[in-house]
Amino acid sequence: MDLSTNYLGLKLKSPIIPSAGPLSEKISNIREMEDAGAGAVVLYSLFEEQIEHEQIELDYHTSVHAESYAEATSYFPEPFEFKTGPDEYLEHIRKAKEAVNIPIIASLNGKSVGGWTEYAKLIEQAGADALELNIYLLPTDVERSGNFIEQMYIDIVKAVRSAVKIPIAVKMHPFFTSTSYMANQFAKAGANGLVLFNRFYQPDINLEKLEVEPNVLLSTPMAMRLPLRWIAILYGKVQADLAATSGVYHAEDVIKLTMAGAKATQMLAALLKFGIGHIADVISGMKTWMEEHEYESLSMMRGSMSYMNVDDPSKFERANYMKVLHSYK
Amino acid sequence: MDRKKVTIDGNEAAAYVAYNTNEVIAIYPITPSSNMAEWCDAWSAVGKKNIWGIVPQVTEMQSEGGASGAVHGALQSGALTTTFTASQGLLLMIPNMYKIAGELTPTVFHVSARSIAAQALSIFGDHSDVMSVRQTGFALLSSGSVQEVMDFALIAQAATLESRIPFLHFFDGFRTSHEVMKIEQLTAEDMKAMIDDKLVIEHRKRALSPDHPFIRGTAQNPDVYFQGRETVNPFYAACPNIVQKQMDKFAKLTGRQYHLFDYVGAPDAERIIILMGSGTQAVEETVEYLVAKGEKIGAIKVRLYRPFSIDHFIKALPKTTKSIAVLDRTKEPGSAGEPLYQDVINAISEKYMNGELGFSYPKIVGGRYGLSSKEFTPAMIKAVFDNLASDKPKNHFTVGIIDDVTNTSLDFDPNFSVETPETFRGKFYGLGADGTVGANKNSIKIIGEGTDYFAQGYFVYDSKKSGSVTVSHLRFGPKPIKSTYLINKANFIACHQQVFLEKMDMLEDAVEGSTFLLNTKVPKEQVWDSLPEKVQKDLIEKKMKLYVIDAYKVAEETGMGVRINTIMQTCFFAISNIFPKEQAIGLIKDSIKKTYGAKGDKIVQMNFDAVDKTLDNLFEVPVPNKITSKAQLQPPVTPNAPDFVKEVLGKIIAGKGDLIPVSKMPVDGTYPSASARWEKRNIALEVPVWDPETCIQCNKCVMVCPHATIRAKVYEEKYLEGAPETFKSTKFKAKDYGEGLLYTLQVAVEDCTGCGLCVDVCPAKNKKETKLKAINMAEQLPLREKERANWDFFINIPDLDRRKVAVSKVKDSQFLEPLFEFSGACAGCGETPYVKLVSQLFGDRAIIANATGCSSIYGGNLPTTPWSVNKEGRGPAWSNSLFEDNAEFGLGFRLAINKHQNQAIDLLKKYSSEIGDELVTAIINADQKDEAGIYEQRERVEVLKKKLSDMINAGANGKASDLNHLLSIADYLVKKSVWIIGGDGWAYDIGYGGLDHVIATGANVNLLVLDTEVYSNTGGQSSKATPRGAVAKFAAAGKPAGKKDLGLMAMTYGNVYVARVAMGANDQHTLRAFLEVEAYDGPSIIIAYSHCIAHGINMATAMNNQKAAVDSGYWPLYRYNPELAKEGKNPFKLDSKGLKIPLKDYAYMETRYKMLTKSHPDLAAKLIQEAQEDVIKRWKEYERLAAWDPQKEAVQ
Repeated sequence: MDLSTNYLGLKLKSPIIPSAGPLSEKISNIREMEDAGAGAVVLYSLFEEQIEHEQIELDYHTSVHAESYAEATSYFPEPFEFKTGPDEYLEHIRKAKEAVNIPIIASLNGKSVGGWTEYAKLIEQAGADALELNIYLLPTDVERSGNFIEQMYIDIVKAVRSAVKIPIAVKMHPFFTSTSYMANQFAKAGANGLVLFNRFYQPDINLEKLEVEPNVLLSTPMAMRLPLRWIAILYGKVQADLAATSGVYHAEDVIKLTMAGAKATQMLAALLKFGIGHIADVISGMKTWMEEHEYESLSMMRGSMSYMNVDDPSKFERANYMKVLHSYK
Repeated sequence: MDRKKVTIDGNEAAAYVAYNTNEVIAIYPITPSSNMAEWCDAWSAVGKKNIWGIVPQVTEMQSEGGASGAVHGALQSGALTTTFTASQGLLLMIPNMYKIAGELTPTVFHVSARSIAAQALSIFGDHSDVMSVRQTGFALLSSGSVQEVMDFALIAQAATLESRIPFLHFFDGFRTSHEVMKIEQLTAEDMKAMIDDKLVIEHRKRALSPDHPFIRGTAQNPDVYFQGRETVNPFYAACPNIVQKQMDKFAKLTGRQYHLFDYVGAPDAERIIILMGSGTQAVEETVEYLVAKGEKIGAIKVRLYRPFSIDHFIKALPKTTKSIAVLDRTKEPGSAGEPLYQDVINAISEKYMNGELGFSYPKIVGGRYGLSSKEFTPAMIKAVFDNLASDKPKNHFTVGIIDDVTNTSLDFDPNFSVETPETFRGKFYGLGADGTVGANKNSIKIIGEGTDYFAQGYFVYDSKKSGSVTVSHLRFGPKPIKSTYLINKANFIACHQQVFLEKMDMLEDAVEGSTFLLNTKVPKEQVWDSLPEKVQKDLIEKKMKLYVIDAYKVAEETGMGVRINTIMQTCFFAISNIFPKEQAIGLIKDSIKKTYGAKGDKIVQMNFDAVDKTLDNLFEVPVPNKITSKAQLQPPVTPNAPDFVKEVLGKIIAGKGDLIPVSKMPVDGTYPSASARWEKRNIALEVPVWDPETCIQCNKCVMVCPHATIRAKVYEEKYLEGAPETFKSTKFKAKDYGEGLLYTLQVAVEDCTGCGLCVDVCPAKNKKETKLKAINMAEQLPLREKERANWDFFINIPDLDRRKVAVSKVKDSQFLEPLFEFSGACAGCGETPYVKLVSQLFGDRAIIANATGCSSIYGGNLPTTPWSVNKEGRGPAWSNSLFEDNAEFGLGFRLAINKHQNQAIDLLKKYSSEIGDELVTAIINADQKDEAGIYEQRERVEVLKKKLSDMINAGANGKASDLNHLLSIADYLVKKSVWIIGGDGWAYDIGYGGLDHVIATGANVNLLVLDTEVYSNTGGQSSKATPRGAVAKFAAAGKPAGKKDLGLMAMTYGNVYVARVAMGANDQHTLRAFLEVEAYDGPSIIIAYSHCIAHGINMATAMNNQKAAVDSGYWPLYRYNPELAKEGKNPFKLDSKGLKIPLKDYAYMETRYKMLTKSHPDLAAKLIQEAQEDVIKRWKEYERLAAWDPQKEAVQ
């Protein structure tokens, strides 16, 4: 039974990749992921904004009260060296690489174009096998057009592409006017892979405190339908590997997404819910299903249910309630 | 040899040598010596090696007594050992110093000499402390400059090893310890050359060792103690020559030749000044100036004060000497003269008596100068020489003050100056928070290390911790700088905050043709008209140049926030033309890299951007020839202040304290309460503004306000009569105090520090715009006039009758008048809300013992005091004894009060029939558990006092003595509340022994521990209250051990009330604990979580940190009430729900924990894990305690 796949030019023993999240903060977890059968690991994201914020915060709090009062010209020991840059993250990459044999994919959220490229280079030097770009520009400015924002996305991908040699993947969100167009643009800009789709913190309102409380809502199995559709649509149309993320819980989900055209499927919510060992259950379930249905490898099924390969591609296009109802007939 | 030039202060210079030439260092923080210990601890933490290639062991002790004990032990065990201290700390070392000297043990103690607390504490420099140990047998070696500090530190180390006499190397606190100077740094080779390894090994051989055992430290009897004491004489006799030998050896190495007594001046001088310390520099400068003008004068700089070598001293005196003035920087009341004066008299007399003087017996007078870093200027020095020129020179004089009581002072001409034109003299006025001092320290380094110039920086700080003003004094130039006094003839003045111009006559010290740099938000075209009249006048008359910049604009554009340091520094270099523009910018940027490189690229880049944007925003403004302004300087205190406040405290506030004559000063350190209210500091840029519509009248803002500037009152409508137009009022929502009452929340905008805690805790949100609360911050200036009138009106509205206030509820308790207001504590202070609460609940009957520390400084540092009085004239009586004895000091209060009460009751009983049995019985049996009971007792005592007076006046038939005694102590029949307040440094460390003893006595005292978990006042050194994993000074790599559980230890006595509170987590719980403490007739201790700037947190939201500390289980709230045990109940109540969040969710809100993850990530991970385990373990232990059911146990 061949569960291997080739994603971003990397040979993976299985298509299951734990996606960027808190589980990869511990090296012991990454080892456990490998042992459970993960094909690769995407590390938690390095946020340029957070690094800057931490530097400013550290500088502010250790200096703002200094030199104000004769008895206490400072309040903290002299900082001989702080690792305030991305050092901690880069060190984590190195440690992860030492700890496991499966590919380590770093994840980056930059703030400035300079930051994206600088950190991408450092990540490459630290030994990451690939880099996933976690681009997130929330357009709150009513004077700014979609074209302008889209161009910013594309420019970032181009800049990173020219800065590093390792494969890069773009973790897309589903809110572009034309997902297909943007997917194609990312591929043209040099992305080796596209991860569909990014999930964001969603704000809530606390009615007692009258405060906005942003928090992350873990994906449910139903969320898998969105990447399923778009992977099926994009399969064979863009020059980039497709990976699914959101709502991947069970073996059947992986198989469906592979049939839609995914080269890899990323999981997080299910691992947080069931534990890292769940990867082994999924792989075992996949094997059972494939045996029962006489598939020898994932490549046999990949794209078989994609837009280009199904008998009625319009089913992937149907978007409104009436048509769905109609589909039951 | 070409040695490195460094620009450092005296403390760093001493620490540098001490670290390099020792193996064990025992430390304890005390100003101004703490920095020496901090340097050594920091170097040790990063593994820096000494000249023998080992990393010295640096260990913090619980007190200076402990440090000296550890030093003694390490010395006896053969290690080269040192310590650093000052003032009271040195006094605590005295017992060990006798031992160390008696045992002929080589060591050097480095002391930044400081005043000793007498009528008042002072952190500043003089020789009171070192003169208090001159009898211990230590050699005393005095440095007068930063270069000398480094040099003498090494000479002392070499001399102690050879002579076996322990050395105390001292230099003037602040003037030298904190003065930044360009000096030549000694090399490791220099140090190795001076320290003889053979002597080090001999020292080790003398150590205690079970491998060659002996005993040392015996007890001796009348037969031999005396002889034993005389055995050391040869060592003391040899010591001066050994020191001179080491000085000569040092001179060969470095070219700097010192002598035990260095003479400067005319070879044929007739008038001589003798002194030691930093004053020698100013004297030398003045002597050179006057000798060049033909004066026959000179001075002797005393280096080795003990052992005092009469031979060397006499040899140093010119044979032409006719008169001598000996200057002592200390005072010994009742003595025949100060110590150095007596030694000089003694030396000359002995030589004269033996016929060895070699010249006629001179006139010798002694004088005092420079106590507590009082300025010592060439003008004063000239006055001393002038005094010597008179036929009958004044003896036992003072110089530098106006003594109009015993007329000791010498007059001097303040305009006399010896400053040379080639020396640049700049004064920079900044706010503590804007980074001015840091920038100036960098500037001095840039100039010192980038040019051949000599450079000096000295920094004057505020007496307040919030809104503090700093003044930097910078000198540099081609000639060596010996001006050990402040600049009063400046050719460059920079004002980093325009608001200062309202309060300070800043250009008073500017010389003609000088430059004024002003940071202002006013557009350059309008700047002139925005300046006060006096500033305009000085600019015109002194033909000054005016430059302006809007540094805040540049700071905002470059992300620097309020830090305008780099911007103003760039302006200074641009205007002063010390370097060509490009070079200056390059040097500033290099300095930025050095200063901020460790903090990250972003910080460096922000500063670079600020430098680059500065020059485009710096403008010269032509000075018109006409004054257009009528704005005058604000008076230092309000016009209606009492005379003493105006004439004494007001002068101090105005910076004219040096001019206050002796006659105006209280003779015994007693000052009136309630003086902070007259000092309107106007330091807040933004202040809270009340929205009555949104307010739910919970008074939480009043409770947390650290400065008592936000207050609530409930009152009848009739009191609104005459209210200012903008005075706000609304219906009081509750009916507790009657119908139809009004409620007002008023802010004292001129006293507010703008911390924002009130806004953060406000639970009420505006329904239409949720970003608004019931109080919101707004710009102060437009509100100032109106709110001043509103405050004045508000404060005269009667308070609620205390008897009616339901004090057990937070809301109601905050209608009680605070008797602790407008302190100089930090904006957002976490301690003062608790202190204020004590004053509200019990202030009218409280007597407070306050340990030295933050609370004694914001409570008792001149000019003004926050401790206040109510309308009846009652209020907290407050005193600070020492750091280490506070619990005992407070116990003394209780012992005296009880004695007075008992005596009064005895006398009442004795004269019951005359006074009236009914009144006497009522007084003796009075129930004073609540406000009403106390009120009624006060009424009874008033009747009693009236009756006693009448009886005495009527002729008391031989009972007058008793009745007068009873009258004098009658007020003690009203309940008194004894509070013992201090920080964790006192309670956990230096004062723990006393605290433990006091609670064990069972006496009715209330201890309030303001637990900031570090020594806050001295700059955040670790205490035993510091939690595991937090970074503090002396715990640079994170505190490895857990926090001491002081509460649990106190509980073991069984009869001590113990509470652990955190106002930010549960204000009602805090209030309840304080009330129970007062109600408990026995010892009580409250351990109060006090957030602090030393935690590296956002002070405006710091109450959230308190809540998180409690939610994590790190800070469990509890009360242990022995009264419950008496009722057969479990005395321990766990009052919070812990373990709701992981410890790190709380800890990493704070820089003190988080910075370890950036400096030592692996260690941080380990320590936070261990700290989490601590929390769980302790929590379970508390749960077990709380679950105990004595009833069940009794049945079983």
